[in-house]
Amino acid sequence: MAVAKAKVGSKSAPAAGRKTAAVKSATSTPAENFSKEQELFAYREMLLIRRFEEKAGQMYGMGLIGGFCHLYIGQEAVVVGMQMAIRTGEDQTITSYRDHGHMLVAGMDPNGVMAELTGRRSGYSHGKGGSMHMFSIEKQFFGGNGIVGAQVPLGTGLAFANRYRKTDNVCLTYFGDGAANQGQVYESFNMAQLWKLPVVYVIENNRYAMGTSVSRSSAQADFSRRGVSFGIPGEKVDGMDVRAVKAAGDKAVAWCRAGKGPYILEIETYRYRGHSMSDPAKYRSKDEVQKMRNEHDPIEQVRSRLLEKSWASEDDLKKIDAEVREIVNNAAEFAQNDPEPDVSELWTDIVK
Amino acid sequence: MPIDILMPALSPTMEEGTLSKWLKKEGDQVKSGDVIAEIETDKATMEVEAVDEGTIAKLLVPEGTENVKVNTKIAVLVAEGEDASSVSSAPAEAPKAAEAPAAAAPQAAPAAPAPVPAAPVAVTIAADPDIPAGTTFVSTTVREALRDAMAEEMRRDPDVFVMGEEVAEYQGAYKVTQGLLQEFSADRVIDTPITEHGFAGLATGAALAGLRPIVEFMTFNFAMQAIDQIINSAAKTLYMSGGQLGAPIVFRGPNGAAARVGAQHSQDFSSWYSHIPGLKVVVPYTAADAKGLLKAAIRDPNPVIFLENEILYGHSFDVPQLDDFVLPIGKARIHKPGKDVTVVSFGIGMTYATKAVAELAEQGIDAELIDLRTLRPLDIDTVIESVKKTGRCVTVEEGWPQNSIGSHIASELMEKAFDFLDAPVLKVTGKDVPMPYAANLEKLALPNVGEVVAAVKAVTYR
Repeated sequence: MAVAKAKVGSKSAPAAGRKTAAVKSATSTPAENFSKEQELFAYREMLLIRRFEEKAGQMYGMGLIGGFCHLYIGQEAVVVGMQMAIRTGEDQTITSYRDHGHMLVAGMDPNGVMAELTGRRSGYSHGKGGSMHMFSIEKQFFGGNGIVGAQVPLGTGLAFANRYRKTDNVCLTYFGDGAANQGQVYESFNMAQLWKLPVVYVIENNRYAMGTSVSRSSAQADFSRRGVSFGIPGEKVDGMDVRAVKAAGDKAVAWCRAGKGPYILEIETYRYRGHSMSDPAKYRSKDEVQKMRNEHDPIEQVRSRLLEKSWASEDDLKKIDAEVREIVNNAAEFAQNDPEPDVSELWTDIVK
Repeated sequence: MPIDILMPALSPTMEEGTLSKWLKKEGDQVKSGDVIAEIETDKATMEVEAVDEGTIAKLLVPEGTENVKVNTKIAVLVAEGEDASSVSSAPAEAPKAAEAPAAAAPQAAPAAPAPVPAAPVAVTIAADPDIPAGTTFVSTTVREALRDAMAEEMRRDPDVFVMGEEVAEYQGAYKVTQGLLQEFSADRVIDTPITEHGFAGLATGAALAGLRPIVEFMTFNFAMQAIDQIINSAAKTLYMSGGQLGAPIVFRGPNGAAARVGAQHSQDFSSWYSHIPGLKVVVPYTAADAKGLLKAAIRDPNPVIFLENEILYGHSFDVPQLDDFVLPIGKARIHKPGKDVTVVSFGIGMTYATKAVAELAEQGIDAELIDLRTLRPLDIDTVIESVKKTGRCVTVEEGWPQNSIGSHIASELMEKAFDFLDAPVLKVTGKDVPMPYAANLEKLALPNVGEVVAAVKAVTYR
């Protein structure tokens, strides 16, 4: 995918030119080639997310999953590339309600995630959270938040805790192009830069805030520049190329670890499905979706490179496919057979 | 004509202050805008500027005088050519607060006796069972008790920090965090920008990571900006995570009406927060409770809403001198035992309740007064036990009547003590209106002692 370069050096505001030069949105960090192991890792992780989400969609259709269910299909390269840039279990991650991919790539158990989706007792939240509310202290994953943008101050607070404890851990705070218009995002930007907090703001720009396109919702559609007035550096990233995400993630995380404060990554991505299961996505054309799938699919990109470089044969990849399908099928099986929470769970975990 | 210079009111709730320093002496010329004195309130030291031009004829209050009432004549200015020697040297007493002619109260308003001023009366507080016999008590303001609680807990646990607007360098908008910056450094006493939604969320995130933030809202009115983070993030995460992750955080600050600050700055959030599962809600009245319960709140693994009151900050109470005085959250205190009627209140409501109970005692009605102290979890058992004895109950609070704490108590008593009730439960609350600014209307909007007395007489059929 040809990445639109951030428009830098504002034409209309000469006075702003020099001052913002240091923090203008940089051109994308070039994607660095992956090793064979990295390509295979990324392929497998992205495939796991896709197959898991397809299964979740299927189970939703069967009435096994209720309520809201936001699928991550199409955006897999974002979390996989970012996760490859951090120390899992030390660095924190926090995101919105479109969170299944973030959990799987953090190494959370697919059985536990799927069982939470079906509202069963072995789910990560004992069935009390659902699709949007799962957490793992072990993996330092802090949800799973249902209020658009609310995870941004929370993630900034996780970064605050890192600084308070004098660790060099970094918090990845994910949010979408829709959340980027919430006021609390800018309250967070201000404090993060003021106090030099180690937080990477990962804006997953999938072009639609539910049904409203970026052009209909955002006065400044270049989200990488949304931190300019606070002096927070930002850049646009091709979110369909996992290598580009990893390279930008490495740079942003290193910036934060070095104590230089927050960093913004606008990762341009695309969701193939509707906003949630109940969204027919009539606000965009079938052609638009099909074009993205055919020309920019993140998994296909890795797959072709693996074959091209003879790092894997068709048979090798089929084997990975089969392994992934088995994990997902087992998770689905587990999540259907696991009992519902005991009724006593209604009254537990309200206060400690 | 000599001009009287009066002790100025320098904050909405100031009733008196210390005249710490004169910057002019008798015979000095002053121009409008000259600083003539420094006055220390309970919140800050303020400079007093001359309004009129002239010569200082007399300084009536010596510097260093404490407890100078607002509107006391402190100096006299004469214009050029006037004779300074003719000026009387006696400091005039503060005139009674100018009583505007009271408008005829609307028919619907209860025929209330003149409201009693808010100054605390001497009360004997029934011994708290948690304080060992023989303990020494020290008179302490609520403000100091809160500060001491925070300081003690910050010494005890390095994960405790305090953040909010003006908490550090300014020493607290209401001086509650005074001295904390000096002792604990800017790493742990953190001035925030004016960004309630942002810092409430940030602090909640820090709590999810295991730190123990104390978030000061300059007043709880501003916490409306942050209520999504308080309820959706702080209160619900423990449940949503199946017990894996919780937020050990205290949100504290002044709540409710101050004085003459109008509708947006005068609101009691007691019943709002007490509605929310996942929160604990503490509303102390005495300094001892403020200290013991704030220490408990900071140690509590749950989000605690700690509702203080600006008017109570300056009130003094006996606080037990103990190394580590922690009170249990969720336990009401019998402020005064009695047998004829149960009066239930909390926070500043207790200022009306205590006076009413004293007045009723003179009239031969022996009321039992319960200070709830915590609104969630609510110690309804203590109320029920009392009502089983008295058969009657009156609740007192400043909040609005609909869905008030009193409404909830009435409902609980109907369910759990119906057979013991000899009269309907009555509630005395703030009036169902936004807080007006005018002094007379503000007085009418708040509950008063007369209303409490009248309600008690109604339920005791006197």
